[in-house]
Amino acid sequence: MSSTLTDTNAAAGDPTDGLAVLEARGSTAEAFGIPLAVLAELTHRCPLQCPYCSNPVELDRGGSELTTEEWKKVLSELAQIGVLQIHFSGGEPTARKDLVELVQHASDVGLYSNLITSAVLLTREKLSALADAGLCHVQISFQGNEPIVADRVAGFKHAHQKKIEVAKWTRELDLPLTVNAVMHRQNLFQLPDIIQMALNLDADRLEVANVQYYGWALKNRAALMPTLAQIEETSRIVEEAQARLKGTLAIDYVVPDYYALRPKKCMGGWGRQFFNISPAGKVLPCHAAESITGLEFESVRSNHSIAWIWQNSEAFNRYRGTGWMPEPCQSCEFKEIDFGGCRCQAFALTGDAGNTDPACTLSPMHERIFKQAELEAAAENNRFIYRNFAGGTPETDGSHGA
Amino acid sequence: MTGRSRNIRVSEASRPVLPRHAKLKFDETRQVWVILAPERVLAPDEIAVEVLQLCDGVRSVAKMVDELAEKYTADRAAISADVVAMLQDLADKGFLTEAREKTS
Repeated sequence: MSSTLTDTNAAAGDPTDGLAVLEARGSTAEAFGIPLAVLAELTHRCPLQCPYCSNPVELDRGGSELTTEEWKKVLSELAQIGVLQIHFSGGEPTARKDLVELVQHASDVGLYSNLITSAVLLTREKLSALADAGLCHVQISFQGNEPIVADRVAGFKHAHQKKIEVAKWTRELDLPLTVNAVMHRQNLFQLPDIIQMALNLDADRLEVANVQYYGWALKNRAALMPTLAQIEETSRIVEEAQARLKGTLAIDYVVPDYYALRPKKCMGGWGRQFFNISPAGKVLPCHAAESITGLEFESVRSNHSIAWIWQNSEAFNRYRGTGWMPEPCQSCEFKEIDFGGCRCQAFALTGDAGNTDPACTLSPMHERIFKQAELEAAAENNRFIYRNFAGGTPETDGSHGA
Repeated sequence: MTGRSRNIRVSEASRPVLPRHAKLKFDETRQVWVILAPERVLAPDEIAVEVLQLCDGVRSVAKMVDELAEKYTADRAAISADVVAMLQDLADKGFLTEAREKTS
């Protein structure tokens, strides 16, 4: 690494820790600063029905969404308290008719804007208008490298073809492009072709993201869980491609934590360097946090400022730092490395968000969960439950919701 | 796929500029200079900031080196080597491009 340039994402050998460089103060465990980047989930509406959607199963209805003026006020407030980047996400953020206006406002208040999109609602004119409004980066999700697998996973006809088209426009408009490929048992065999697709699209980055199992993905775990052999092959393919394409295509790799020995440092630690804002305006420690029942999340519509909610609200402080940890976390030498893993996963799999994430081998539940994942992966039950506002629709013969 | 801005070779004749996805900005909250890039925030040191502020797509690297050598009354050859190496490093990481019609 250059001595002239400190990458906040590579601080202390930890690719996810942006705090160590810009916010270092006090002990690692207790430090938290205003996040460098915030995820704005503008809407839960989406034309796709991906069975691994990271949105909660209980989706926010269109009528509860923040208005244009409310979002603008939020963006101004975020810039004012020191947030540097805003990720416009969803649902599908382009389903909001005011997206260009919001991107323009983000630019006006000095926020660096990313668009995280399925791309299927975009026209060239719309993308061009977003670029003119100051959009800095586009991330497009792909469900495979060809329409048969990809359109079935997305539950949307001609989705893949449209994505390819929008990716080309993105580069024509000189916007940097990230290809986000969400991987699971039913598309992992396409990974080499997906890497080639990202190269052909002139993408700057490729995210090879194994599905994380909460919300919709947990409902669909049996249809999505990869086999151990697949994961080993995937790691090999990614490592080979990373070496081969150095300087041309950056590849970020998210491993499925069911097969890991140690849990992921989810969100960099609860309430430590990240929050997101839901379509209805809740300020959340992560996009799945509302799946944890019993926690009250404050809204930007409340009388509190965003900074107050981040620093003082009960939900953010409940699992902040390391004081809340039970054993085996409390005496664990890694507690400031992974912060006990993922609270949502602990809740989904053990019923208590305060337990050790079962992805950790030290969790008493790890063995059972790992075995279950292996069994599900081997059972080859490939039918999806598609994501929608009706609570999900099972895939049937010959019809994949598309 | 021609003319990829990501693989430029920096020389004294180059007229580098930050690409639109890399923004140099002073972070008032944390009182540090940062480069904002997709999914990343980088913290350039003082010298990098000074050089990057000269990268306007109009000035050549030769001109930058002249200005810096005069300002710091330093050996021109040494400054040139340092500046070219630093800019090349930034270019290799994708935070610098050559001035083009499209990039203003």
